[in-house]
Order: sequence, then structure tokens, then C-alpha cells
Amino acid sequence: MIGPAQGRREAALNFDFSDDQKSLKDEARKFLTDKAGAKVTRRVLNDDAVSYDETLWRSVAEMGWLGAAIPEEHGGLGLGRLELCVLAEEIGRAVAPIPFSSTVYFFAEALMLAGSEAQKAAQLPKVASGETIGCFALSEGPGAPTAASIQAKFDGSTLNGVKIPVTDGDVANWAVVVAKEGSGVSLVLIDLNQPGVTRTTLKTMDPTRGHAKLEFKNAKAERLGAVGQGWELSEAVLDRAAVLIAFEQVGGSQACLEMSIDYAKNRYAFSRQIGSFQAIKHKLADMYVAIEVARSNAYYGAWALSTEAAELPFAAAASRAAASDAYYLCAKENIQTHGGMGFTWEVDCHLFYRRAKLLALQAGSPAAWKEKLVKRLEQRNAA
Amino acid sequence: MDFNDTSEEAKFRADARAFLEKTCAPKGADSERLSRKLSGPEFIKAAKAYQSKKAEAGFAGITWAKEQGGRGLPPIYAVIFNQEEAKFDAPSQPFAIGLGMCVPTVIAFSDDATKDRYVAKALRGDEIWCQLFSEPGAGSDVAASKTKAVRDGDDWVINGQKVWTTGAHFCDFGIVLVRTNPDVEKHKGLTMFIIDMKAPGVEVRPIHQASGGREFNEVYFTDVRIPDKNRLGEPGMGWNVALVTLMNERLAVGGSTGPDYAEILELARNMPGPTGQGTLAQDEAFRQKLADWIVKAEGYKLSKFRTMTALSRGQTPGPESSIGKVINANHLMDICNTAIESMDHYGIINDGDLAPMEAAFHQGYMWAPGLRIAGGTDEILKNIIAERVLGLPQDVRVDKGVAFKDLPSGR
Repeated sequence: MIGPAQGRREAALNFDFSDDQKSLKDEARKFLTDKAGAKVTRRVLNDDAVSYDETLWRSVAEMGWLGAAIPEEHGGLGLGRLELCVLAEEIGRAVAPIPFSSTVYFFAEALMLAGSEAQKAAQLPKVASGETIGCFALSEGPGAPTAASIQAKFDGSTLNGVKIPVTDGDVANWAVVVAKEGSGVSLVLIDLNQPGVTRTTLKTMDPTRGHAKLEFKNAKAERLGAVGQGWELSEAVLDRAAVLIAFEQVGGSQACLEMSIDYAKNRYAFSRQIGSFQAIKHKLADMYVAIEVARSNAYYGAWALSTEAAELPFAAAASRAAASDAYYLCAKENIQTHGGMGFTWEVDCHLFYRRAKLLALQAGSPAAWKEKLVKRLEQRNAA
Repeated sequence: MDFNDTSEEAKFRADARAFLEKTCAPKGADSERLSRKLSGPEFIKAAKAYQSKKAEAGFAGITWAKEQGGRGLPPIYAVIFNQEEAKFDAPSQPFAIGLGMCVPTVIAFSDDATKDRYVAKALRGDEIWCQLFSEPGAGSDVAASKTKAVRDGDDWVINGQKVWTTGAHFCDFGIVLVRTNPDVEKHKGLTMFIIDMKAPGVEVRPIHQASGGREFNEVYFTDVRIPDKNRLGEPGMGWNVALVTLMNERLAVGGSTGPDYAEILELARNMPGPTGQGTLAQDEAFRQKLADWIVKAEGYKLSKFRTMTALSRGQTPGPESSIGKVINANHLMDICNTAIESMDHYGIINDGDLAPMEAAFHQGYMWAPGLRIAGGTDEILKNIIAERVLGLPQDVRVDKGVAFKDLPSGR
């Protein structure tokens, strides 16, 4: 993909994925249709004792997806972020019940962004092999966190404080934690399997992914990146994750639209296919438009991410704002299109409605990202 | 124009309040409500006891004719009682459909013997009623009901399935819309019956909803026998009977469904804003949304007053009575979604012990999609407004003049 340089050029010449990337996407879809999908997601949904599907996780590791963007020297496939975007879209489409986003978009990205050579060498091969499930611990309570609001405290070797909620924190063995250090904020790398760490599983709106409260009491930890650079690094990790999650959101939205189209063609009311009514046609057309707007913004984000472009912060915020809104729209209107059936546990609509909310919140709320988007536009205009 | 009670209304309100204070606890935390604290059967027992006291005190059937055990008062008095009752933890909900829709239909379409058998017991809360209209293939298009009734001597034999029946598992009787003649147009082959929910061949299965709850049911009929004397209206006139029921639905349904603008403002006072500065309540974008919610909620509430004024004067309510459902479900969803998103990542937690306001916004978020569908989808209601209120031409009808059995029905 060659992006629109500087984001200001009138038309991009090659604003699409390559043939190789497309065939990766086809393979991923084929695999997930076969081995994942609603039946696998429901296994996790209906069993309170598990919060991810281990078999699917192992298969995904074996195919190299966890290390798709990790350099070969660290055990990955050494592909790029575009390949990761392609996989993210398919994972989102399948509502896959695996800690992929936490491990790959947050934990591995944080390491690649801020880790020392030793840290990368120690951690990334285990991520690529599926041995490490990683997570990212930022939130400490209701409302968007700020550099000033962070209470968790790191003193150079031990960590104290509480993080709630941490997506996949119940199954992860390593975490990157945003903590106060001195008068600033640092990123902290921590092994969660130690006596100083207490986990409490949380009940959430999307039971197909695990969540925990993590409490640290004099837990042994090490810094990731420079002292006092934690907030800027955290923002940079969120920008990367935002683009990747946007692809999951686009994939989920697309699945909702396809479910709606299928149902609208086959369900009859007043002796007509309900898709023959304009009320339904317009609804589905609105979903389509929202998805295409989100998809194009996500492609721009993918280009910025893969080329480390200066536009990444702006593109990431735009990707996330568009994709969160599109998924919410598509998930709720998919239920509506299915009528009463859509409001039953047995029909899959609610899996998307639940996942849409998780993805809209996991990297920070849509309102917070819209605020960032406008701020970044102002900064770009001022430059 | 006057929003204050007349002296008679004020006296009635004071009486209602005195009764409620004596009978119920004031509304407190959600987790303290009777419906949460008591198991299903225990809650129904408490509800029946409450209904009995309500009837004894003259607050059941306020608008019903005296010969039906009511007080024969104008609808405004029912509104006043409902307003006061809403301030208390009063378990009146199990009777809403029966007394609001089913029994009025029974009164309108049956003889004195039938009325004597059912009406007083329903009003006292001895027997609870449900409404059996929707089917898997007949939701928005209720007149496409397929559940079949065949005459056999003095009885009718019923086979088929209804769905989304509120309270079927604790109800004693229901009114059921069935097809008695598939050889004529769909609206002309329907008949309404009173059905004994405990009769052999009636099987109630709870529906597991997308929200996780199980408030509704599927009801299956296998060779259920209904005596002909339980028929409401003539054979083939069931659609006309159903329209009377559904007209009553408009008057019965409504009221609070979840957190509203006051609750989200309360939340916003302590929630950090999305800009990282100040609280959500100080955030300009939030304040604009809040203003929209206030005018919608108040506009709906005041429109109901206009409806009630018309009813008090014996007039037919105007078009304002049809806006409620289109407003309420989306209003609830929007408020709950905004509240949850304002919590940022923390908003995904829906544990009542951890989530703000006992997870009321999370419950509303999961419930609202059902509300957009129940009792007529948004799309159907907008069609009703466009066609019946605004006088726009009807959509093309492909089922006109075609026998029901020849209509396409898809999957």
C-alpha cells in the first residue's frame, strides 16, 4: 500500500492492499470460518470458567499470526503492520474469543516501541510462539485516564497500585503497566505470576473476552523505555492499537451487515421479503456507508502505521472514531433488522453488540478519541 | 391550561398516596426492589397480595365501569394513581398486560356469564392474564398468525406456537389469536379465544434473551381443547378483536424504562470529561446532548398529558399518542451508551457492585434493543405515523385478495 503522502494529496495512486496481503486475508477467513466463528465464541460465552479458547489460540500461534509483525530475529514472520491489519479484520469478523488484541496490538507493540534489545529478545519470541499472553494495564477507574490521574507507582524495581479493568488480565502472564515514577509517568514491564500480584476476575458486557482487576503490592517489575516517557509511549501504543482495533471493528461491522442482508432476503412480513421495504433498505445502506467511511479511514491508518508516518496520530484517531461509530451502528441495527429473533440469546446478533462495546472502550472511549482527533487536526494546521 | 390538580384530583392523589404509604416501601436502590429480592413464585405471591389490597381500597380498575368492579372515573385519575405508584416499590407489573389489554378485551366481547367468571378475579389479582399474539413468523405482521384452531363438537382444537409472551409461566389465562380459516384473506380467517394456560397441551418455555434475562416465553399448543364459549367475537372476526386489544396497549404501555437525563447528569457530575479537564457535566458536547435528552423526555411526558386531557374530556387522543415508542427506546439506548462510553475502559464492567449506579446504564443498554422491537418495531410505528397520522398512501399490499394459505411466507 502506498499512502496519500502527507495525507494531503488529492488522490492516492495505490490505496489498496497487495495481492499477497489479499490472499493472506482469504486464508485467514477460510481458517476462521472453519475453526472459529460463533460456535467457538459461544463456547467461551457459555462457560464462566474460561475466558478464551485455548485451541484457537494455539492454532493462531502455529500459523504465525501472533508474530506476523514481529521481526524474524525475534521469532516472528517479519511481515508488516499491513498484514496484521488484514488479520485483525478477520479476527473481528469472527468475534474470535482470544487475547489477540491485548497480546499483539498492545503488549508486543509496546515492546517493539519501547523495549531494550534484551527485553525484546526475552519477550517477543514467546509472544510469537503463543507462550506469552500479554496485556496492557492503563485504566484505574471510571473516566478517561490522564498523566496526572495515574496512581499506580513504580520506584525503579517494584510496583504498587490497582489497575481496573485490564482486558485479558485474567489469563495474561505478562503486562505492560502505566505507572507514576517520581514526578512523571513510566511504562513498566511485569511478570504477573508472582506473589505481589493479585487478580480478580471481572464481570463485563462481553464475556467472550476475559477481564481482571490487577492489584500490585511490592511486585517486582522493570521499566520499559525511558524514565518519565511513559505517558508519551502509552499514547503511541494506543495510536498503534487504535488502527489495529479499527480493523477488528470494520470486520465485525461487515459481518453484521452481511447477516442483515441475508436475513432481509429470507425473512417475510406482509408476504414480502423484508428487504423489499425501504425502511430496511435504507437502514442497510446506512450501515454500508458507515462501514466504507470507517474502512477508508482505517486504510489510511494502516498506511500511516506501516510506514511510521508522521500522520499516524491523526490517522489513528480518525480510524478509531469512524470505526467505533460504524460498529455500534451496525451491531444495533443488525439486531433491529432481525426483529424479535435478533433479541434472543441463540441468534448471534448480541455477540457483535457486546464486542462492539468492548472494542469501543478497550483503547479509550470514542468521545476521548474524537477530542484527540480535533486536537491533532489543530496541531497539524498549526504546523 | 393548567397543570395543577383540581380539588377532586388533589383529594384523590392524597388518598392514593396514603394507601401506597401504608402498603408499599418507597422506591430505593434497585438491588432492594421486591422483584430483585424475591424468587419468581414469591414475587408473584407478593404481587397478588398487593393487587388484592389495591382492589379493596378502590385503586384497581379506576377507569372501569362500576358494574365491572371499577370506579368509573375519567382516565386522568388512573394517571394520577400511576404517578404516585411509580414513587413506590409496588409490584404491579405482573398485572399490566392482563388488566391493561386482555381483560378489557374480554369485557368488550363476552357475555355476562363469562364476565362474571373472569373479571372480578382478575381485578383482585387472584388470576393473572397474558396476551398470545406474536408468532415466529408473525411479529410485525401479527395478522399472519398460523396457529390453527379446528372446530370439534363444542370445542376448538388448537395446535401451533406463540412467542414473546410476557409472564406466560405465571399466568392463569390468556387471550390467543388463532387461524380458523386459511382459505380466506389473512385478516378474515382469524378468531380470538380465552385460553386456560394450565390446560393439557399448553407448554411454556422461557426465551433466553440477548440481554441474558428470561422474562418472555414461547408457548406451544398441542391438541389443546378450548370450549366454544371461550370465543371472543364471531369466528373470523379475530382481527377486529385484536385491534381493540392493541388500542388498549397504546394506553397501557409507557412510563419509565430505565435511567433518564436526571440519572446521567448525576453520573456526569463525578465523571472526568473526555478532554481530560473538568467533569463530564462541564463538557460542552455532553451539555448539548443533555439538553436534547431533556426536551425529548419532557416533550414525551407533556404529550402524554395532552393525550390524557383529551381522554378526560371524552375525546379521541390525537397523533401525539403515537410518538412515545419511537422516542423512548432510542432515547434510552442513547443515554445508556453515552453513560457507558463516558466511563471509558471501565465502562465494560457490568457488575452491579462495581459499575456506577448498580449498572443501571448497562442494563438499559442491553434492554433497549428489545424495546425498539417489542410492541411494534420503530419501522412499523413510523409507518403507522406516516399512513394513519399524516395520511400518506399505504405501501403496496401483495396479500390483498389472496387466501392465507396461498401467501408466500419465506423461512
